[in-house]
Amino acid sequence: MILFDDVSYSYSPGRYALEHINLNIGEAELAAILGENGAGKTTLVKHINGLLKPQSGKVTVSGIDTKDSTVATLARKVGLVFQNPDHQLFAETVEKELAFALVNFGLPPDEVSRRVDWAMKEFELTQYRERPPFMLSGGERKRLALASVLCYDPQILILDEPTTGQDSRQKTRLAALLKRINGEGKTVLVVTHDMEFVADFIPKVVLLSKGRVLAEGPAEEILTNRELLMSASLLPPQLAELSWDLALQRPTIDLEQVVLVASKLVGGPQR
Amino acid sequence: MAIIDVQALSYSYPDSPKPNILDVNLTVNEGEFVLITGPSGCGKTTFCRCLNGLIPISYGGTFSGRVIVDGLLTTEHPVYEIAQHLGLVFQNPENELFCTTVEREVAFGPENLALPRNEVRSRVEEALGVVGISHLWDKSPEELSGGEQQKVAIAALLAMKPKVLVLDEPTANLDPLSARSVLNILAKLNTESGVTIILVEHRLEMIAHIADRCAVFDDGRLVLVGEPGEVLYSEAVERMGIGIPKAVQVAKRLALNSKLGKKPLSSWDLAEIIRGASDDPL
Repeated sequence: MILFDDVSYSYSPGRYALEHINLNIGEAELAAILGENGAGKTTLVKHINGLLKPQSGKVTVSGIDTKDSTVATLARKVGLVFQNPDHQLFAETVEKELAFALVNFGLPPDEVSRRVDWAMKEFELTQYRERPPFMLSGGERKRLALASVLCYDPQILILDEPTTGQDSRQKTRLAALLKRINGEGKTVLVVTHDMEFVADFIPKVVLLSKGRVLAEGPAEEILTNRELLMSASLLPPQLAELSWDLALQRPTIDLEQVVLVASKLVGGPQR
Repeated sequence: MAIIDVQALSYSYPDSPKPNILDVNLTVNEGEFVLITGPSGCGKTTFCRCLNGLIPISYGGTFSGRVIVDGLLTTEHPVYEIAQHLGLVFQNPENELFCTTVEREVAFGPENLALPRNEVRSRVEEALGVVGISHLWDKSPEELSGGEQQKVAIAALLAMKPKVLVLDEPTANLDPLSARSVLNILAKLNTESGVTIILVEHRLEMIAHIADRCAVFDDGRLVLVGEPGEVLYSEAVERMGIGIPKAVQVAKRLALNSKLGKKPLSSWDLAEIIRGASDDPL
């Protein structure tokens, strides 16, 4: 689905933002791109929707070389939700914001209004239909930005730090939505440093550090690997930390596992 | 001694169909560290704007009740005067930094108080030192990372020597290590310099064990306030959109509170209690 073949990119000479990236993200994957600030996460995803073109190597999205394509063409396939919603939102009302891309893609009016209604309901924005986006709270603007991309149903969905400013109920809701979209066969990539969100909800991790892919694999494996997290300058998820503090034989990020083992330590099975 | 006294505060933004803050009462003592949390859109940011007087002066709307900051009634004193007692740090530092160098940014506040040159210089040096960014003095805020920018914003306020710092999700856009570093600075300011801290934060696992009290907003109301252990182990908190730290979740499942009277807030506290209990089974 998404293929990085020895991709390098640099914003200023002598300093690579991405260095020899090889990455293969399959169809219908749900993965997190994890790394500290400056690790190259955003640069990486900008290569997927063609905002950036590799200076060396090749990026292929659904079989298309991004160098042979435009952002406008790729945009229908790859929906990118920016970290800062203010870089994305511009319409006079929430409703118009949601309808914008749909109208531009030439969808019929009844389809536009059906999708807009769906998005407002899904993201708890119905009450703000007539309100200017900039009057919403930070968390609400964030949801609106996501809604406006999901409206046009891209095959690949990339979210840059979707959980910042979201409370835990919103995060759980977001995770359920991502799982559902992923279940419908869409590829979903979450760029984040929210370790807890990844530990709780995302099955696969691509770990970036200083422009390189440090590791790639199941979240359970990578997020309980202390040395790996340290070399990527990331803090471990709470449950991994608890696993280490309790000296568990098999550190885990699964709450039920920790409760099970801890309850044995405390004495007797518990509910 | 109360440094912040909020009495029967209610507020609606212009055109808001319902109150954004409803009948909030809260007293904060000098030197306290108060953690404010609650689901998104619950009124946390609005409450912060009420504390430094931006509401109602800059926002209009319908305001009732009283907010007293260090003896000043916010509706009767201009924001710049309140700012010398209470500094407000926003979620996105990009929105508040505007000078060409870090040094100028931090000097801007004290210069506007018309302080003598030497005093301005020593305040800037001290503030940069406290947040650990002295080496960045000649950098442009634009070229700094999000975490560094947030530290500049905090230093700029510290240079005003406020008694109270209010921070509205200062770590929301930071990576975990930078977030922890900023939160550690706040803890240090509180314990070593006695600065009163009011911090809005979702990541309770990073800060619950440091705060003196935790206040939970929901739908514009202040619904819970008490020691972090008391609040996070209450039943009421489970029904809200609040990220209960994993250590608390595990401790709840193990019923450590009812069995041992323990309310650990961090993983190391929890691990210690579990190890203690396993050496001496119940």
